[in-house]
Amino acid sequence: MTADEPMAKLPPAELIALTPDVFTAPFWDAARDHRLVVPRCTACGTYRFPPSAFCFRCQGQAVEWVEQSGRGVCFSYTVAWHPLLPEVHESVPYIPAVVELPDTGGVRLIANLVDVRPSEVRIGMDLELVWRDVHPDVTVATFRPAAR
Amino acid sequence: MGMQDAAAVVGVGATRYYKRGQSLPQTPLELAGKAMLAALADAGLTVADVDGLALYSMGLGGDTSLFAQVMGIPEVRFTATLTGGGGGSAGSVGLAAAAIHAGMATTVVSLMTLQQAASRFGTSYAPRGRPGAQYSAPPSPEKDFTSPSGLMGPGQMFAVLAMRHMHRYGTRREHFAEVAISTRANAIRRETSLMTVPLTLDDYFNARMIAEPLCLYDFCLECDGAVAVVTTSLERARDLRHPPVRIRASAHGGHGRWGQAITWMNMPDEYFASSGHRPVAERLWAMAGMTAADVDVALLYDHFSPMVILQLEDYGFCPIGEGGPFVAEGNIRHGTGSVPVNTHGGNLSEAYIIGMTHVKEAVEQLRGTAVNQVDGAEVALVTGGPASIPTSALLLTR
Repeated sequence: MTADEPMAKLPPAELIALTPDVFTAPFWDAARDHRLVVPRCTACGTYRFPPSAFCFRCQGQAVEWVEQSGRGVCFSYTVAWHPLLPEVHESVPYIPAVVELPDTGGVRLIANLVDVRPSEVRIGMDLELVWRDVHPDVTVATFRPAAR
Repeated sequence: MGMQDAAAVVGVGATRYYKRGQSLPQTPLELAGKAMLAALADAGLTVADVDGLALYSMGLGGDTSLFAQVMGIPEVRFTATLTGGGGGSAGSVGLAAAAIHAGMATTVVSLMTLQQAASRFGTSYAPRGRPGAQYSAPPSPEKDFTSPSGLMGPGQMFAVLAMRHMHRYGTRREHFAEVAISTRANAIRRETSLMTVPLTLDDYFNARMIAEPLCLYDFCLECDGAVAVVTTSLERARDLRHPPVRIRASAHGGHGRWGQAITWMNMPDEYFASSGHRPVAERLWAMAGMTAADVDVALLYDHFSPMVILQLEDYGFCPIGEGGPFVAEGNIRHGTGSVPVNTHGGNLSEAYIIGMTHVKEAVEQLRGTAVNQVDGAEVALVTGGPASIPTSALLLTR
């Protein structure tokens, strides 16, 4: 880490909009209430993500929504240093990460890391959820390094 | 009986290659038509011989209906497009061979046309479509789980796979640099190349970081242009201008749970840090009765330099996880390496026409007319993707 290394930023709210369908809406509804839920097949118990019409293991449709602790592990990530659009000029560097949720059979969310400098990020590091209220009706998950 | 050696590539042709947007005022259909005419002339054929189109990823610069009408194709007997995107490049020629083997058509053209004036692949997953943008995927319930993170370009997404590969296997940026530098060394000897200046390790490490761990030189070019490939039966091929380049085998597809790959990131860990090509490679070698050891020159889809390393592993040129050291030992260099890779300068340094330049180069290598000829080349591997399903492969022999 260099002395002038910036903290990770976030992509601007103006770029974030959702188009949920009947299968994904429960996830986003819960997120708005600051609850992280993941669908699990009621027939075979397999978690699936993103939420979808069928279980990839048994092709069952019914799910129960299992609330998560908010703990996660950094599976991989990138640091976006170069703004690909004018809209993100003031938002770099930001860190899209793939975050694995424990006890879900390997479900991974794609979420920004916050409260961290790019050079401090490590694959395998423990993370904790921080909700980001983007718009009055849109909340997304972000993660920061877990407190010990 | 399989389709091994049922068909052959008899013609290849291209427009010149342009930096993004500079092919205007030509239209995409015009570029496509010019490439097809060049490929037919190369074969010693005319439009009157064409009765099939085997395509991928909207490569015609329009629909078959308009293209056939404008170009005067007498009768269309086969027209099909592989699903997916750039991963279908090599596979589209396999599709042509399948059509010919099945007796549905006799002379089939595969084509890719690219004009990135109104939009660019570099932001093809941008959350808001730019006006006139052809390549920005529309919003979807699935994209809601990707876009809010600011992942908006394929390079950022493949960077995540590359980072995992580095973590898992110890791959380093020096390894990616060797892919970029060796590919550039091939490009600078070719008149068709857009990149004409040698690339040094210093240049590489001084370049701006785009999406860690990928810097500017890990990214392919953004181009305009068109490339066409003409395939016909081996029997018919014997009477044409060039010695036939046989289609020994082709395969496409991938694990179902590779799926949309870089836009969902939930592929099993076993092959997350891969090119997605492993099942395609397995079927290709089985159909061909060959292995990586038989390949004289490999034209590997190189939109991002780490993906060359991952394909070298997945096709068995080296064990899984050892692709970095394999390239660092000089194995992919033209002239000295055990398997010269992207002797035409690839997507990274010659031109990015979504993988079709790789097919053209393979054909020229097997004819013995390539600019960076591999002495005595008899077997060439061509790949399309890493991408969402399908990725694809083509094995050509002299």
